[in-house]
Order: sequence, then C-alpha cells, then structure tokens
Amino acid sequence: MSDQTVPPRMIEPSPEEEFFWKSGADGNLRFMTCKSCNRFHHPPLPHCPYCQHRELEPRAVSGRATVATFTINYQPFIPGFDPPYAIAIVEIEEDPSVRLTTNIIDCDLDSIEIGMDVHVVFEENGEWYVPLFTPDSGN
Amino acid sequence: MTRIAERDTIISGIGQSEIGRRLYRSGLDLTIEAALRAVDDAGLTLDDIDGISTYPGSGGTFGGAGGAELHDALRINLNWRDGASETSGQLGAVHKAALAVSAGLAKHIIVYRTVIEGSGRAAQSSRATGLPPAMRYLVPFGAASAANWIACYAQRHMYEYGTTREQLGAIAINARTNAALNPNAIYTDPMTMDDYLSVRMVSSPFGLYDCDAPCDGSTAVIVSHRDFAADSPHPAIQINAMGTAIGPRPSWDQFDDLTTMPIRDSAASLWRRTELTTVDVDTAQLYDGFSWLTMAWIEALGFCGRGEGGPFVEGGSRIAPDGELPLNTWGGQLSGGRLHGFGFLHEGVLQLRHDAGARQIGGEPEVAMVAAGGGPEVGCMLLTRGLS
Repeated sequence: MSDQTVPPRMIEPSPEEEFFWKSGADGNLRFMTCKSCNRFHHPPLPHCPYCQHRELEPRAVSGRATVATFTINYQPFIPGFDPPYAIAIVEIEEDPSVRLTTNIIDCDLDSIEIGMDVHVVFEENGEWYVPLFTPDSGN
Repeated sequence: MTRIAERDTIISGIGQSEIGRRLYRSGLDLTIEAALRAVDDAGLTLDDIDGISTYPGSGGTFGGAGGAELHDALRINLNWRDGASETSGQLGAVHKAALAVSAGLAKHIIVYRTVIEGSGRAAQSSRATGLPPAMRYLVPFGAASAANWIACYAQRHMYEYGTTREQLGAIAINARTNAALNPNAIYTDPMTMDDYLSVRMVSSPFGLYDCDAPCDGSTAVIVSHRDFAADSPHPAIQINAMGTAIGPRPSWDQFDDLTTMPIRDSAASLWRRTELTTVDVDTAQLYDGFSWLTMAWIEALGFCGRGEGGPFVEGGSRIAPDGELPLNTWGGQLSGGRLHGFGFLHEGVLQLRHDAGARQIGGEPEVAMVAAGGGPEVGCMLLTRGLS
C-alpha cells in the first residue's frame, strides 16, 4: 500500500510500544510475550500481567486472526479517513484473549462477517507499519 | 451483610440549568445555575454546603467546569471536594459523595455534571493530539468515536442473540415519545419506526437515532445525611444501594466479554448490597448514550435474561410509561440531551418525589434504578422513596 495515500493515523506510541508499530518491517506481527510463562499480552506492559515476570520480548505470531466483531463506519470523524470503512476487533490465532482493533481492507464491506478468518497485511505509514487485516478467502 | 454506607444518605435537592443544543454559555455559568437551583430545591443555603463532587473533574469541552472553579465561584467553605474521571463512571461522583457524607467528612455535598459539547463541538479542533493510552490502539484505525466502539458490542450482541435494529429502535422511539412530555428535551418531534430505520447510518448497526444528542447543560444534586430528611421540604429519596464494580479490564476492546462490558460487574455489585430485587423496581432510568447500552443495562440488571434484551423491549409496550418497566421517562440522552448520566439521576428523583408533572408515571413509584455509562466507565444506583 506504500504507493497509495495513507490516512493520518495519529500513531503516538510510548517507547515500549514502538516495536508493535515497527514490527511489520519484516512482514511479521509481534506481541509482547513473557519469557517465563510464554503468554502474550496486549497492549504492551512493563511486566507480565499474568505472572508479574519482568523479562519480556516481542515475539512473532502467524498473523492469522478471526473477526470477533466489527462496524462499518459512515461518519467522517477524522479528516483523511474517508468513510465508509470497516473497523473490526480481531482475535489472534495464538491466543484469542489478545485482540486488536483494526481495519478490514481489500474486500467488499458487505462481505464482512463475525467469525471470518483474516490475516495481517501491513500499511507503510511514515515510519510505522500498521497492522490491517484482509479476508483469507480470495487472497 | 456489610454495612451499607450509602443508606446514610439521601438526594435532598436537584437542579438543572438551561439545556439546549448550543447555548454558547460557559460551563461555569451553567454549573452555577444548576448548583444554586439544587441548593434552593433542598431548602438549604450556600452556608450549609460543605462539599463539592463532580465528574470528570476538569474543565474544557468534555469537563464542562471543574470542582475548583465552582468552589471559588461560590466562595463556599468546603470540608471535602473531589473531581475525577477514573471512577465508577459519571455516577462515581455521587458514589464518592455518599461515602464522604456517611463517613462524616461533609454534611451537604453539591454533585454535578456539566456538558458544553453542543457548542464545544462546533469550535473544537478536529485533530486529536496526545492520545491517552486507551486511545492509542483505536484512533489509528479510524475508530475515533464511542459510536464505533459500542457499535462493535452491539454487532456482537446481534450475532450471538439475534437482536434486531427494530428492537434497538424501540428504545429510541420510547425515548422520543417520552421527550415530548419534557419541556427541556432537545428532540420532541414524533418518530416512527420508518423514520428510525431510514435515517443515515453512523457506524453500523447504529444510525443517527441510535446516538445521543450533544447539548449544553448542567445537572446538580445535593447529597445529604439522612438525618436531614426530617427537615427537608421533600420526601426522603434514599440511596438504597450503589454499584461501583468496574470489572477486570479497563479497555474498550480487550474486555473479556464483547456483549456485556463491565456493566455486568456494576449491576452485580449493586444487587449484593440490597434486599430489594428487580420486581421492586418501579421505573428504570438507564443510560442511552447509544440505544444498545440501555439494552445492555436491562440485561445486566436482570430485568430479563442475558441475550433477551431485544425481545424485552420489542414493540415498546413493556418499557412505556404505563408498562411494567417505565424506561427513560424524560426522553433519555437520545432525545432529552446528552447530560452524561446525570439526567437519569435527576429524573429518578423527580419520579420518586411524584413530582414529574406531565410525565409522572402512575402507581406512586417508590423504587427507581439509575444507571450510567458504557465501555470501561460504568456505575449504577438504586433509589427509594422513604428511609430504610
């Protein structure tokens, strides 16, 4: 998508969050993972919220996810985001308790359904790689 | 059962400022008007007031007017003041005032919420900056509004339980019908189901009439000790129980259940503090920042089973003023105006005083449920006429 005009996404990560928005440079989606209990969590914290261990690292996941719910936004809330567009909450394959709010792109908006399998595609947006998702079928 | 501190307290006074779509009056101006009316309504003078409590406790378009601003403007000598947004929703300001009165920290507390979103929205910059943590994973995807976040919950509710737009419409139409009897309401023209279904979409499944009406206005109440009831010019409206729980994760998209939000936890925590049950409730004033939120409160509070909110409101007769659960009798925020939670509290008190004028429900109501909020900030209260 780097050849297209991209929306002003107002990505303002704290230093410990930057990895999430840069992870797509090598095509991989990553989540903060506990080196002790190996559980993912999101958004990134300075410790593991499950075992309080403080040694963490971003680890790559498959990029596959399922649409948990979605909305088609018709209202021009933000300049540069041209409606209609699909906002979805997806659950990642490796741990459905880890969710991402994202956009579903490159598909007919009417075809989006809860339970649909999707996979990550990255939008280059300045220095960031924004994790968006697209349906598995037909791709 | 533990001591129920809130039963030491009553809502002794209520007051509202002028309410309108765009008033172009300052938040402090509206707040002073509402506060003085509430003090007067309680039969008190400013010399009696020794506390201030507000949500969210800062100025600006969202905050309306800060507690310190009102404190200084009224030149009153305070024993206690609080204003914060990290609490049990908008009603958290009332919860904390009740605790302060019960603890003896203050005798009479002005509690208020002021909104100037009607005129503020016209003036504010469209570009967000300095996003708070909860927004940093939503706004980058164009999910900038609570309309988007709550629409996702409503969509999931439809998927799991077969809820329909017509059922959401019953909540919106009920609100509009009731607003016709409220002289302060923002929208009072009659609305049909066709009107509801054909209006432009905002964020599916929400159309324009699923979204509340931004407005300018201030609502204040006085929280007093129950010992004042004998001297009050009104019947005692007691806080029987309050729900303060906010559940496991303060997040719009990471909360464990995508059809309940912490409304689930808030309602459960209220029922643990009272011997009353749903059958005792004579009227419900349940937040409708978006139509579906009312359905979520109806289910969580147990007026019907989980997932049964759609059939419960369908057709509207059950939630009409003469139905088994008169709902949002002032028009709610959908038609009465986005007074951000406190409009429901104001109406609950009026109905229990039997002082709601043309919109007074029959049967001499004695118990009112009041709930406010959605997403991670929620709170509820059970009010009773008379002391227990």
